[in-house]
Amino acid sequence: MIKIQTLVKKFDKRTAVNGLNLEIEQGEIFGLLGPNGAGKTTTIRMLTMLTKPTSGDILINGLHIGRDDEKIKALIGVVPQHINLDQDLTVGENLELHGRLHHMSESQRKTRTMELLEYVELTERAYDRVQSLSGGMKRRLLIARALMHQPKILLLDEPTVALDPQVRRRLWDLIRRMHNDHITVLLTTHYIEEAENLCNRVAIMEKGKLIALDTPVSLCQHVGAYVVEWEGDIGRKYNFFTAREQAADFAGTLDTTTMIRHSNLEDVFVELTGRKVIG
Amino acid sequence: MLYDIMTVFWRDWLVLKRRLGKFLLSRMVAPMLYLVAFGWGLGRSIPATTTGGSYLDFLVPGILALNSMNISFNSVGPSLHTARMYHKSLEEYLVAPIKPLAFIIGKIAAGTLRGILSSLIIVAMAYAFGANFHINTLFVSVVAINCIIFSALGFITAMLISSHEDMGSVNTYLLLPMSFLCGTFFSPDKLPMIFKAIIEVLPLTHTSTLLRSIGTGNEVSLVSLAILLMYVVVLIGICIWTMHKACK
Repeated sequence: MIKIQTLVKKFDKRTAVNGLNLEIEQGEIFGLLGPNGAGKTTTIRMLTMLTKPTSGDILINGLHIGRDDEKIKALIGVVPQHINLDQDLTVGENLELHGRLHHMSESQRKTRTMELLEYVELTERAYDRVQSLSGGMKRRLLIARALMHQPKILLLDEPTVALDPQVRRRLWDLIRRMHNDHITVLLTTHYIEEAENLCNRVAIMEKGKLIALDTPVSLCQHVGAYVVEWEGDIGRKYNFFTAREQAADFAGTLDTTTMIRHSNLEDVFVELTGRKVIG
Repeated sequence: MLYDIMTVFWRDWLVLKRRLGKFLLSRMVAPMLYLVAFGWGLGRSIPATTTGGSYLDFLVPGILALNSMNISFNSVGPSLHTARMYHKSLEEYLVAPIKPLAFIIGKIAAGTLRGILSSLIIVAMAYAFGANFHINTLFVSVVAINCIIFSALGFITAMLISSHEDMGSVNTYLLLPMSFLCGTFFSPDKLPMIFKAIIEVLPLTHTSTLLRSIGTGNEVSLVSLAILLMYVVVLIGICIWTMHKACK
């Protein structure tokens, strides 16, 4: 379980994370959603101990960041936003290095490397240098590397950024499979669709603060399950309704072309912040 | 801790092993030029030193000192800088359950190995060129200490400097002057007092002096040895600080 209490991170005069409180249950896929600059990556970096908090506490499975760092590092797997694989090593050697850094025995390393390469469908590329892989393959290898030491918690920072839709969906399948293996997953994303498709619960961040937290369905119901969308005088307009009939009635009163659809997390975000999630 | 040091070293050894032939071959070029230009070319017109040896004999310890400095610094510095700033592969170590000191020692050990390998080439070439000098355990230890110092300096530079161009500046403004002035090609005793004082502070001067005195069988300066060891301690201390600074 991850418990974040009044977490603050300041960089000179800029406050990246401003009093964040969050509890993530064991085994859930939890999404941190928000535009770039919302403080998602800074939060993940504090959870992975790459950045020190200005104040506040983070507890992971009862262990305290700042006091039990080495123990926590053994519990977590990290998939960074940037592809930080060792370019001078092969696919297999990247996994081997990770296994050694996590004190796995030689037989464990060999077995796990074979398992994971199969899991991410990279078995045939085991002896290829990382440089020769496509973007999607590198992302899959990043996930395999993070899973190498069988972490209890997986932290993914924008795991599908800059990938084409097919590759993105394959990665989603991978993340869902982790959920079946009871790994707690915390991921950040600015892709609405990703949060909706993958996450059991979603926290929406803006300007370093949490502005909403619930299941994707509840968040959408909170603003209204149905949306009437039409072209207004100054851009698109939206009205939210709890029932489809209400939405249809309202659409009937407008003398322009309208669209009735289910609300999504993007609508929730726009309603809560007054602006769109733009990467 | 030892296992973690070995892991960090293993990674660098793996990369070196793959390029060992190219590495050794490329490391022969600069010393060969020094030996030909200064040893054979210029050296033959320089009279024998007071101790009776040729200029080539005087030159070899200096070349060993400057070469091990350059190789060690450049084995650790640019690659770690790229790993920190561009590939970000340093983060793989920062999120792993290993002590920062294990990473530092592993990297320095890898830089030292490269420095020593290239020194072996120079020794072989120097003998082939007809140089006379004695090698013993202390001689090898001083080369190793020099490698440790400049690997550590490469580590610090890589961890503190943010642009690739500035990495080059360290070579230009620090290593290059040291290569020529720190008792490598001529004795600093011949320099004006103020220059001599500055040069006496720099570690490479003490490496050159020590290697030369051990190589010719003369008395070894314990002060120089102590200064080099002091550099090792201080620089590793700064390395630890840079690792803590990396996670700010």
